[in-house]
Amino acid sequence: MHCGKYIKSQTVKLCIVVLHIDGIRSPLASRCYSHAKVETDEEFDARWVTYFSKPDIDAWELKKGMNTLIGYDLVPEPKILDSALRACRRLNDLASAIRILEAVKDKSGPHKDIYPYLIQELQPTLIELGISTPEDLGMDKL
Amino acid sequence: MLATRALSLVGKRAISTSICVRGGHGVAKVDDYALPAYFDRRENPLPDVQFVTELSAVQKSLKEKEKGSWATLSNEEKIALWETQLLAPTRVYRISFKQSFAEMNEGTKEWKSVIAGMFFFIGMTGLVVLWQRKFVYGPVPPTFESEWKEKEVQRMLDMRINPVEGFSAKWDYENKEWKK
Repeated sequence: MHCGKYIKSQTVKLCIVVLHIDGIRSPLASRCYSHAKVETDEEFDARWVTYFSKPDIDAWELKKGMNTLIGYDLVPEPKILDSALRACRRLNDLASAIRILEAVKDKSGPHKDIYPYLIQELQPTLIELGISTPEDLGMDKL
Repeated sequence: MLATRALSLVGKRAISTSICVRGGHGVAKVDDYALPAYFDRRENPLPDVQFVTELSAVQKSLKEKEKGSWATLSNEEKIALWETQLLAPTRVYRISFKQSFAEMNEGTKEWKSVIAGMFFFIGMTGLVVLWQRKFVYGPVPPTFESEWKEKEVQRMLDMRINPVEGFSAKWDYENKEWKK
């Protein structure tokens, strides 16, 4: 019995040592998910608003930012677009401002209610900066 | 010095690409395909370059106006800043971009040609089949003649083919006619 106990405690210690060496957590407790931090929606929005708010943003950065943003599987929030439109103003680029609105409408795809909402939210900015929407200019038709 | 003069010849776009002065040999020639190109794509709304690169005088003045308040630009002028110089009066949009999203997303009418082509070829095939029937294939076997068929049916009834639910079950043996 004494031997039995001794052996048992030895195997237990061995198991613990094995686990420690492999660095694996107990298989019952965890799954193999990534430990990367997931960015929240607010953080994402804030990051992009900051990107476009850079006072001395240059044309390339605006284009790069916009093209990247359009590449994501989402329609940007009005505040991001507001920041982008103001960046266009700083760059004296009305054409890009109109293009951004078109791109965002196209990005909404079949969800036809997103674009009117965005225009509604951006209305003060559009009026302030004097940006016409593609609809005003008749550019949405062929 | 040589490099900067060469740079001004090639144009503002080319600065980023392939101009280098190595070992005093001069400036590498920049090929057209190596420069950033313009293209209308949904997924790339702001291409690397403007559509119109050489601005006419009107367009230049429009670009100057663009630096001021945008509200003072008329609608035509705003469109001009956007569109091709070939069409209507200059427009701001047309300086920077070739086609609007509406235009680039427009489908072609190609499907009509496709359907027309389909019908045409099916028709041609039909004609070929008719011609074959007349000129290629020989006569059908005698087993297709109605006399033969009648004898065939009688034989099948005599043999009681499928008497339960099928062929002979539908024949009325007493009245010697098909069951109603």
